[in-house]
Amino acid sequence: MNCTKCKTKAVIDLPRHNAAFCTPCFTTYVHHQVLYAIKHQRMFGPDDRILVAVSGGKDSLALWDILLKRGYRADALYVDLGIPGYSAKSRAKVERFADTVARPHGATLQIHTVQEEEGKGIKELANLVHRPTCATCGTIKRYQFNKAAVEQEYDVMATGHNLDDEASRLLGNVLHWQDEYLDKQSPILPASVEGFAKKVKPLYRLSERELAAYALLNKIDYIVEECPMAKGSKMLLYKEVLNRLETESPGTKHRFYWGFLEKQTQAQPASTSMTEKDQALLHPCKTCGQPTTGEICSYCKMMARAKVSK
Amino acid sequence: MRVQLSHPERSVDIKGPKKAKDVLRELNLVQEAHLVIRGDELITEDELLKDDDLVEIRPVISGG
Repeated sequence: MNCTKCKTKAVIDLPRHNAAFCTPCFTTYVHHQVLYAIKHQRMFGPDDRILVAVSGGKDSLALWDILLKRGYRADALYVDLGIPGYSAKSRAKVERFADTVARPHGATLQIHTVQEEEGKGIKELANLVHRPTCATCGTIKRYQFNKAAVEQEYDVMATGHNLDDEASRLLGNVLHWQDEYLDKQSPILPASVEGFAKKVKPLYRLSERELAAYALLNKIDYIVEECPMAKGSKMLLYKEVLNRLETESPGTKHRFYWGFLEKQTQAQPASTSMTEKDQALLHPCKTCGQPTTGEICSYCKMMARAKVSK
Repeated sequence: MRVQLSHPERSVDIKGPKKAKDVLRELNLVQEAHLVIRGDELITEDELLKDDDLVEIRPVISGG
């Protein structure tokens, strides 16, 4: 199979685009998809300061790599959750990337260690507050990334969510008719109230397979191993189902998610409706000041319960 | 050929020559969720794999 663009030997075929690419043309394709997403969704400009949420996985490291190579001012934050046998490995991958790739671009890596800051690792915290580990992890990460972006005055926070993440989440929300969550499925969430950082997902046009290929071809050393806490998660099941459909009918995933975005924009600009709703619902947490629907935010509630259960 | 798989880590032997897409099919794996790597080179699904090739089939799906 030859490259659709330059006719040399291809290394990857993309059935959803009826195309195949060699390494240089594939790298160009990936960069163009990200640049299109940034421009089309008005995510950020060339002078904005970006905080990338990194995990050591292919998506977030690929995102940091692309932003730096395209000249953006992108620092990163890693949250060390203290997962036995996993966090140390993923942290080492992030630190290595920061030393070898990011630092020469003048970018910095910050690390938040849950064990040091909260006195316990994620598993212990989840047990203490009787919540699933993945839900506890989500609360901590969302809180810490938002806090760092706001306190350090970054213009925007970027995450490595890809097409598969967004399509599987949409499938889950539609299957259970959780329409109150559909607003939050936009690749851009505005800084709707004070205390909320603007959040963007520049990889929403790229599939997991494309991002794994990008990481491999660009020699990004990422953690291939799956997080042991994610075993049996519903998201993995939805992704598997969507990938079966995609293999039989290429383009299913992007038609599903991009089609949803198009219809959402036609109905009402997502940022307008979200800002109005957030302003009506959210106010500062009495403990930490971050926006919340209740008196105390879920992070502070969780940490209070963890302290009581000592 | 020796094929290295992950989640869980294991290796299996498959009789060649076979196209990458047929190796995936034999292992009941979908193309969209995997990369096929020969040695340290990514290959397309129509590439022919031989008995003396060392192949890695790398899953690309993460918890999200």
